[in-house]
Amino acid sequence: MTILLYLVPAALGLGLMALLAFMWSLRSGQYDDLDGAAYRILNDDDVKDG
Amino acid sequence: MSTTADYSAFLRQGNKGRPTLDLAIEGIVNADSIATIEHSLRLTPGLVSARLNFTTRRLSTEWTAPDCDPTPAIETLERLGYRVAPFTSDRTESDEDRRTKWLLRCLAVSGFAAINVMLLSISVWAGNVTDITPETRDLFHWLSALIALPAAGFSGQPFFYSAANALRERRMNMDVPISIGISLALGMSVYETAHHAEHAYFDSALMLIFFLLSGRVLDHAMRKRTRAAAANLAALRVPVATRLNADGTYSELPSEALLEGDLILVKPGERFAVDGLIVQGASHIDQSLVTGETARIKRTEGDHVFAGTLNGETLLQVRVSAAGEATLLADIERLIDNAVLAKSRYVQFADRVAQIYAPVVHIAAALTAMGWIALGMSVHDSLIIAIAVLIITCPCALALAAPTVQVVVAGALFRRGILMKSGDVIERMAAVDTIVFDKTGTLTLPEPGLVDHGHLSDEALRWAGQLAQASHHPLARAVRDYAVHRFGAIGVLPGVEEVTGEGVRVQHNGTMITLGSPAFCNLPVPLWRDQESIIGFRKSDEAGYISIGQVIRPDAVQTITALKQDGYRLIILSGDQKSPVEALADELGVGEWIAAAKPAEKLAYLDSLKSQGRTVLMVGDGLNDAPSLAAASVSLSPATGAHVTQATADAVFMGDRLGAVRDTLLLCKRGQRIMRDNFLLALVYNLIAVPLAIGGHVTPLIAAAAMSGSSILVTLNALRVRTARGTSL
Repeated sequence: MTILLYLVPAALGLGLMALLAFMWSLRSGQYDDLDGAAYRILNDDDVKDG
Repeated sequence: MSTTADYSAFLRQGNKGRPTLDLAIEGIVNADSIATIEHSLRLTPGLVSARLNFTTRRLSTEWTAPDCDPTPAIETLERLGYRVAPFTSDRTESDEDRRTKWLLRCLAVSGFAAINVMLLSISVWAGNVTDITPETRDLFHWLSALIALPAAGFSGQPFFYSAANALRERRMNMDVPISIGISLALGMSVYETAHHAEHAYFDSALMLIFFLLSGRVLDHAMRKRTRAAAANLAALRVPVATRLNADGTYSELPSEALLEGDLILVKPGERFAVDGLIVQGASHIDQSLVTGETARIKRTEGDHVFAGTLNGETLLQVRVSAAGEATLLADIERLIDNAVLAKSRYVQFADRVAQIYAPVVHIAAALTAMGWIALGMSVHDSLIIAIAVLIITCPCALALAAPTVQVVVAGALFRRGILMKSGDVIERMAAVDTIVFDKTGTLTLPEPGLVDHGHLSDEALRWAGQLAQASHHPLARAVRDYAVHRFGAIGVLPGVEEVTGEGVRVQHNGTMITLGSPAFCNLPVPLWRDQESIIGFRKSDEAGYISIGQVIRPDAVQTITALKQDGYRLIILSGDQKSPVEALADELGVGEWIAAAKPAEKLAYLDSLKSQGRTVLMVGDGLNDAPSLAAASVSLSPATGAHVTQATADAVFMGDRLGAVRDTLLLCKRGQRIMRDNFLLALVYNLIAVPLAIGGHVTPLIAAAAMSGSSILVTLNALRVRTARGTSL
């Protein structure tokens, strides 16, 4: 059962990473405009002509 | 006349050290607007960045220096056909924003913890039926406790705070049994773990928090969206005033910035932004927004005018006597405040259920413990069973029953252009049995329209429409709209000349075509008709009158008939004179009507309806309706209504369709039905789960399955609002 010494911290660590990533995305305002983001990907403005 | 709009006053210091300006934008129809708007502003001097929030329809802009002038950017957007207004979010809205973020953070923490604890729990459940050693089980339980206790302490805060508040005010709400259930589940699990027991309920506690928070986050997201839309509408309607400065120049500024004694110019067809005294000019003034009376009243130098009323045909100079919170407005707002106070006593259905539910389950748990002790079980085991009863009855499905439906109904209404301000509107709408309509701007369209064109030919009307296109006069707009509606695109006439206060004319193939006052068109002045304005048209020999007045909403007759068939009692309650109200009531087929009612009389009438046991929906748009809107059980206002009126109404509808009233009622009724189904589902769940728990058969596995099962069922049921068949929606 010594495998648990690696397994449990690994599982918790990965989960914590996801949690921190979510907190960062929340703080940087990525949930402020849920509708717009879906359309922005269709916007070709950043592609140079030619 | 050259005016400069002064928007630099709205620049705020942003958090990156650069000044920012938020703009509410109306007229966004599809996602192309994101690119159009952001692209068109790219070359504006001083602008660092512009980003459109498609959800809230707001543009945030960032500028290089505080003395930048945002006017060119606003003019660019207006040229593109958008209506733009500077937007400063008020305190309630930013509080609401912070709360949404806080709830999301709680949701994330409880989700993370629930997944990890569930991982450990499943290992234990699997091990219990195979070969787990008691030592490993204890280790897993302690690990679960290590994750669950801080996570539940953090993410359970929304429930704990709300329950504490309710108890402090000696009320009962759903959060009280939820908080007790969560605390007991955690407490018992720690105790059991310390005693090397087989079962712990850490996963149940966390899952409960996670499900309940999802409901609340959804609810907040929907409310944020409707609230933002309502706030945008409000911002767009803040009147801008033209001030005549001491040095003879003009500047445009928001009317709140006006001071007593300022001199302002009010153009023909513009609303007065303030209370004041006419210094120069004389005009017929439409006071319908304040008094409900549509007949125009002549006011001249030395007369008082009131904010919200509409200037007639001439340019007036007005000396400001009261700006912002005007005296007349203050009166109306006092009436509103009193009415709102009376309405806040309404208790939501969910809370009424909680008032019965919480005592019942707690007594049931107590009886369970006593019963098992009486049957000879140990005190410890009896208490464990009693706590299991409390955990399994923790009102997960019950707490989701109402919010899920509210979110779906609010979304469905939003897509139809109806903004619902709070979730409990559904319950109040569903209970309505009497609908009281205001007349002007509610049953009729807010803008005047063409009522009659005598014997004028189609050819003549087309010419009239083309001429009207060159003028900004409100009457001309009515002619143009009629022509466009009837003939489609009518093209632009070159060389049209506007004679101020008279009309428009053009020379075409040697003939003069005129549209304007009857005298301007060489026509005898016709008999004065009540409520209508008459203009003339002449093209060589063909000449005639066009009358402009109030036009009823295109689907008014159809909607009123349908509402009558639905069994509602309909009443028209108007501040207008008797004859037009009677005529309209006849046309629509409404039997009950009351004319010439002042705001206080309207209020008294609503009270008398209430005392007859009626549940009243009030639909109105005028300033004079605002107190009645607040007093009615529930209220609806068109988006063209006065600022105060919209703020008071429970829901606001956009567009010309009166059918929005029926849509709202139908959807809310359906929502209410499904909400009741949901409460029934939750009850059935309890009827199955509680006997199991009392019998001592509930293991953590069963608790988890039952809890998530009932929550998902209730959520799926709420989605039926969108798919239910058998109605016109």
